[in-house]
Amino acid sequence: MSAPARTARPARTGALVQAALLTGRQARQGMRIPVFMVMNLLQPMIWLLLFGQLFRSVIEIPGFAGGADVTYLEYLTPGVVMMTAMGGAAWAGTTFVQDMERGVMDRFLASPTSRGALLAATMAWYALLACAQALVVVGVAWLGGARFPGGWAGVAVMLVAVALLSCLFAALSGAVALLTRQQEALIGVSQLLTIPLMFLSSAVMDPSLAPDWIAGVARFNPFDWAVVVARDALQGFADPAAVWGHLALLAAAVTLMGALATSAFQAYRRSL
Amino acid sequence: MSTTCQGPAIDVAGLTKTYRTGRGAPDVRALDGLDLTAAPGSVLGLLGPNGAGKSTTVRILATLSAPDGGTARVAGHDVAREAAAVRRAIGYVAQRPVTDPMGTGRENLVLAGRLQGLGPRAARSRADELLRRFGVADAADRLVKTWSGGMARKLDVAVGLVHRPRVLFLDEPTTGLDPEARAAMWAEIERMASGDGMTILLTTHYLDEADRLADQVVIVDGGRVVTSGSPDALKDGLRGDGVTVELDAAHGADLAARAAAGVPGVVDVAVDGRTLRARADQGATALPALLTALDAAGLAVRAAGLSRPTLDDVYLARTGRSLAEANRAGAREETAEAAA
Repeated sequence: MSAPARTARPARTGALVQAALLTGRQARQGMRIPVFMVMNLLQPMIWLLLFGQLFRSVIEIPGFAGGADVTYLEYLTPGVVMMTAMGGAAWAGTTFVQDMERGVMDRFLASPTSRGALLAATMAWYALLACAQALVVVGVAWLGGARFPGGWAGVAVMLVAVALLSCLFAALSGAVALLTRQQEALIGVSQLLTIPLMFLSSAVMDPSLAPDWIAGVARFNPFDWAVVVARDALQGFADPAAVWGHLALLAAAVTLMGALATSAFQAYRRSL
Repeated sequence: MSTTCQGPAIDVAGLTKTYRTGRGAPDVRALDGLDLTAAPGSVLGLLGPNGAGKSTTVRILATLSAPDGGTARVAGHDVAREAAAVRRAIGYVAQRPVTDPMGTGRENLVLAGRLQGLGPRAARSRADELLRRFGVADAADRLVKTWSGGMARKLDVAVGLVHRPRVLFLDEPTTGLDPEARAAMWAEIERMASGDGMTILLTTHYLDEADRLADQVVIVDGGRVVTSGSPDALKDGLRGDGVTVELDAAHGADLAARAAAGVPGVVDVAVDGRTLRARADQGATALPALLTALDAAGLAVRAAGLSRPTLDDVYLARTGRSLAEANRAGAREETAEAAA
């Protein structure tokens, strides 16, 4: 027989290692559904193609941001990158819903697994996925003739914004999953929240040409913060203060939403 | 060796829990002053129908749910104030599957071991050991969603055991398994109980399961302990032997019941269709008298027999209904709740 339980007390695994292990689990799950991976890469391509063609001539409207120096594809690329990141992360709570439907979540919560690690793993996986998608989108846009003066530094800063936006919406989606325990509620997040946020922003259209209230709402829209960061970074850091300021805002929003989502574990526990 | 090993492994006093259903529906009193204790190294069987409060009790003991009142200590730690210490001491196998269907058996075990604090190498060798021990090594590298129900349930238990917990909670480990898989699971639980010095709390609504596996049985109903003791002590507590008579025709039921009640030493007469059940202090003398009385009443008898009381008899005597009947009622209530 193996060593008795009481003398072989296992050491504790730190929360960061737990988060890494759980991220690995999410990655394995994701990779095992190839359809999921293909859909994730196809969707931004469709957006790039569809919006790129549909709105090509808006760039010619007098007063459009960037004017003659920027093609619409160049204007649109950071928008599509962020739409992909937000749209993907909005479904992050699915893992929690599935784990709650089985006894997996209960097993984790009855073990020394940190709640923060459970949430961080979901955030990390969606951030990684979104960064990979962002690189593909930028690559395809480059093949389509778009040029980004910000270079690799611009791409790197864009990826930071992609990761932060993914974390923000993954945390939100996770919190909704824990509070409602229903996949249907996540459809609400993805349809009712992310689509308006996309259009109340500078993702596909310069808000200065839209009614004033839209520009006003966009200033408080975290999705727009990420678009502003990525666009300015890709186009060569014309306004560094806006880049760093919006990154700081995003980081603050992630911290807040992460804390809220972690406390949603308490609400789930109370509902048991 | 810590002081926590000396007291009871599980010590629960006066536990209460009410679920607020809202929307005008009455609140559900899941636990109504429940007490129990389990000695270290023993198997405690929590027996009761659906909705008796078994799962609620286990969820509170596993730190998943907070009680409204009362105290609960597991492995010497208070579940409310020392939840982290409790979580390190326990293994928890929920009623629903606790494994990830999109992971392989080995991945599930290794991840569980790592989260519980085992190093990478220790987690891998422990996973191998458990896969062999539960006879599922051949399927180790297949996704769990392709496993049979019996194999997947064994993996659930293996996941609960991966860190050698001091106290293991098994919430209805055999519900939904076919008889063969159930027998295999029973053998496994018996082996665990005898080998590792681990305390096991097992909930079940199968009387034969509690009878076979548990050192101590606690019968719960309506969130309260109805009775408790070792299976043998519970059966001995019932007066005398069970008497069963198979009547030739069902229409004489009332007549048969009246005739049987008139026989000295025969008590607790109940007739269900053609079957007459009763208990007698001394079965061997009561049975001939009973047969004579039935004959005198003009009732033909097909078969008759004596039996040691079963836990079923204990349940019936204590609650006034059979466990099967209680389970059906509990299932109806759950359906009604789900529909509301």
